Amino acid sequence: MKRLPKDALESARTIGRRALVMGGVQLGIVGALGYQLRSMQVEQADKFRLLAEENRINIRLLPPARGLIFDRNGIVIADNEQNYRVVMVREDAGDIGEVLAKLTELVDIAPDDLARAMEEMGDRLPFVPVTIADRLSWEDVAQINLNTPALPGITAEVGLSRVYPWGADLAHVVGYVGPVSDYDLSRIDDQDPLLQIPRFQIGKTGTENKLEHTLRGSAGNRQIEVTAVGRVMRELDRQEGIPGKDVQLTIDSRLQSYVQARLDGESAGAVVIDLASGDLRAIGSAPSFDPNLFVRGISTTDWTGLNEDKYRPLAAKAVQGTYPPGSTFKMVAALAAMEDGVVAPDETVYCPGFTDVFNIRFHCWKGGGHGNINLHESLKQSCDCYYYDIAQRVGIDKMAVMARKLGLGIKHDLPLSAVAAGLAPDKAWKASVRGEDWRIGDTVNASIGQGYVLASPLQLAVMTARIATGREITPRLIRLIDGVEQPSGLGESLGINENTLRRVRASMNDVCNHRRGTAYGSRIMADEYRMAGKTGTSQVRRITPEERAAGVTKNEDLPWERRDHALFVGFAPYDNPRYAVSVVVEHGGGGSRAAAPIARDIILQAQYGGPPPLDAYPASARERIAEQQRRIERRVPPGSTVSGRA
Amino acid sequence: MSYLEHNTKFVPTGLSKIWYLNWPVIMLLMAIAGFGFLMLYSVAGGSGTPWMEPQMKRFALGMVLMIAVAMVPIWFWRNMAFVAFGGSLLLLVGVEFFGEIRQGAQRWINLGFMRLQPSELTKITLVMFLAAYYDWLPNNRTSHPLWVALPVLFILAPVALVLNQPDLGTSLLLLMGGATVMFLAGVHWAYFATVIGAGVGAIVAVFQSRGTSWQMLKDYQFRRIDTFLDPANDPLNAGYHITQAKIALGSGGWTGRGYMQGTQSRLNFLPEKHTDFIFTTLAEEFGFVGAFTLLTLYLLVVLFCIVSALGNRDRFASLLTLGIAMTFFLFFSVNMAMVTGLAPVVGVPLPLVSYGGSAMLVLLVAFGLVQSAHVHRPR
Repeated sequence: MKRLPKDALESARTIGRRALVMGGVQLGIVGALGYQLRSMQVEQADKFRLLAEENRINIRLLPPARGLIFDRNGIVIADNEQNYRVVMVREDAGDIGEVLAKLTELVDIAPDDLARAMEEMGDRLPFVPVTIADRLSWEDVAQINLNTPALPGITAEVGLSRVYPWGADLAHVVGYVGPVSDYDLSRIDDQDPLLQIPRFQIGKTGTENKLEHTLRGSAGNRQIEVTAVGRVMRELDRQEGIPGKDVQLTIDSRLQSYVQARLDGESAGAVVIDLASGDLRAIGSAPSFDPNLFVRGISTTDWTGLNEDKYRPLAAKAVQGTYPPGSTFKMVAALAAMEDGVVAPDETVYCPGFTDVFNIRFHCWKGGGHGNINLHESLKQSCDCYYYDIAQRVGIDKMAVMARKLGLGIKHDLPLSAVAAGLAPDKAWKASVRGEDWRIGDTVNASIGQGYVLASPLQLAVMTARIATGREITPRLIRLIDGVEQPSGLGESLGINENTLRRVRASMNDVCNHRRGTAYGSRIMADEYRMAGKTGTSQVRRITPEERAAGVTKNEDLPWERRDHALFVGFAPYDNPRYAVSVVVEHGGGGSRAAAPIARDIILQAQYGGPPPLDAYPASARERIAEQQRRIERRVPPGSTVSGRA
Repeated sequence: MSYLEHNTKFVPTGLSKIWYLNWPVIMLLMAIAGFGFLMLYSVAGGSGTPWMEPQMKRFALGMVLMIAVAMVPIWFWRNMAFVAFGGSLLLLVGVEFFGEIRQGAQRWINLGFMRLQPSELTKITLVMFLAAYYDWLPNNRTSHPLWVALPVLFILAPVALVLNQPDLGTSLLLLMGGATVMFLAGVHWAYFATVIGAGVGAIVAVFQSRGTSWQMLKDYQFRRIDTFLDPANDPLNAGYHITQAKIALGSGGWTGRGYMQGTQSRLNFLPEKHTDFIFTTLAEEFGFVGAFTLLTLYLLVVLFCIVSALGNRDRFASLLTLGIAMTFFLFFSVNMAMVTGLAPVVGVPLPLVSYGGSAMLVLLVAFGLVQSAHVHRPR
């Protein structure tokens, strides 16, 4: 329709006015937008920049190399091994099935591993590397690298993993590492971020565990730029961690290996102490296990086998097993009585074969009795009645004090798992723990190392070391940490009358070297290496009067777990003692028969620093010993990779 | 209209019309599109494909279409307004039945060589149709209730169809575009006051309806509103987009992190970085300076259109120019308000910068109408 000019003019004016209003509103909105931009990009820029950086930068921890553990001669006993693994990136591989088929042609891969890897690849984003196989040999890796063009998406990576070259021989001393578990995290108060790395390996037992903080080192880190879905774009910064400190033990791994070999077939513990420093030269526990199994992740079968074995291979019997010390405790009773002055060394006691205390009869091991007997003969022949008598005179409390002085009943501070405190009982102990009065019969039992008395092979070795030197020798396992010498274990004099000690030692000499001594069969022929010692046989069952009347059942006729423990403690050379040794064979029968020969072999090996010549043995034993030495030489313990052992 | 209705002293004809185009607007549009090409190249990681090159081709095609539309006298377009509007309403109905469903909404008709979004087309044809309506309507009837009700129905028809797709953002844009033309034509203030009052009431009602059987919005739309109100509340799901967008924008600072150096976009933290959220990449890489420059370019386009409309005595031409300017303004301001956290995420692209074919072509054709109005204005 045609518009009048006046109308058109008015319409244009209206539109003009309203257009200006619209323009004004638009300007206002643009102003608001500009203001918002300014406030975000200028005023709050730092905050948003920080958020953007947090988005894009991820910090990954770099695990440090774990410190190595050496023996006293600088031989590696816990090593880090280059560990090769193949990883696959799905998106680079193309046809996964084809690539994996080619890979399995080149390298042996367990079907389980393949299945697990396939499953994991399905779960992960396509660019995440998935481990196909672990612990490959260098040859396998070379094969893979050679065939790289045919294996898209496959790369070989290298990491460090723990390896124990001596296998089972040092398992109880060094312990083992394993992946950190939720249980570990709940139990230990440790803020170290390294523990958050999946499958990060920490010490689980032994020195690996007790020296964890020394060995672990501290984490390095690497800053990487990632995309929103986590794909790594590039590395922005890298700081290497501080490697763990190296540790040198006092253990002589060759001697240790010999001890383990000598204990093979028994359920036993043995300890060798260097008397000059308290250094533990060997801590043997048998049977043992391969610690390398645990590093790789032990199979259920292996684990069940180790756990259900009645000889308890996982227990470090030398330090955590406690046993009634039997007659090896007689030195304690003798020294307590002599020091107290209630008995003179030459005073004789009559042994009719038994002692009646009130209405209870305590028997000597020798039914017919020893007749009149003094300190020297009582130790040499291990007469029980002599000790029943002097113990009643000196009393249990003074015997307990002497026991502790000699290192029994106290916990020695060693970086090992579950070091046992043993027990040197006294009246106060019985009152507080058992709530009962001490009876005189308890003292009589304790005098021959039965009843409540308990000691570990380690404690018995310490006791022997202290008797041999008269000094407060404390056992030492760590020689150097990061090159720093640890304090020696050679302590001050114990303050025991040297004359008394000399008599005890002379009597221990006769135990081994006198025809009527209980360990005469295990004597050492070479004069400068002569051993002195004491046998012990501790009962684990009560012998009833009926059984005694009918004749005591022989150990051979009992089931294993009811047989007596066999013990022996000794030192050598007698004239100038250098080593103390203790051996406990669980349910081994008599100490002179089962424990003394082992102790003799070990201490000879220690003194010669290798296999001793056959003429160090009595002539009658040489043939058997030669055979034994050949057998030990051929032996390879589980998990061991060391060649040319002792 | 024709020149016959006005007293004209001078009439450009033939190819000489090119000299009478609104060149500042063309330059501004090219500058804005240039920003777009830069950003599409950047978000592709420094590559012309897959986004920059197709976008350039479509922009070239769009410019040709714009000039072609500008060459045709404006009264032809006025006469075509009813046909165009009717056609786009038919397409909107057609999309209900034949449309492609993408991202939960039925919006596209596949024409074989391109996918057409009828709602885009409707934004322009609705403005065209309303401008033609008020050109026809005598001045004294503009505020008459009956003659107000009629255009309201014309607006509500496409709004209802688009809301049904569902596409809340575009339906609001249609509503506001249509209302703007009515406002410019001189409809009485009181109507707008009433509608705004009612609108506020309706919004309250919509929120009250949530969780009841007569719920008026889809759950995802409610969630978007929740997210808008408190993005940090749900940072990894619905709020992720807006949170990351704000981080990108804010981290640009004064001068930005440098071209192709924006970590948020390069490392894929940004959602839909080549379409609706492209402004955040620009703000991240060119900072406040770049973002504000683009904002100014947009505002200048609108201002040049207003100036052109004020200088045009023809009622259809000036209403159409202002209506298209307002539509253009709504596009960029809603998009920017959305990515700066001032408005909920409603899915509106940044005009001429976001990657997308039909939206850009439709917009350039609309500017062809503006140019035609400018060239054929009575002198």
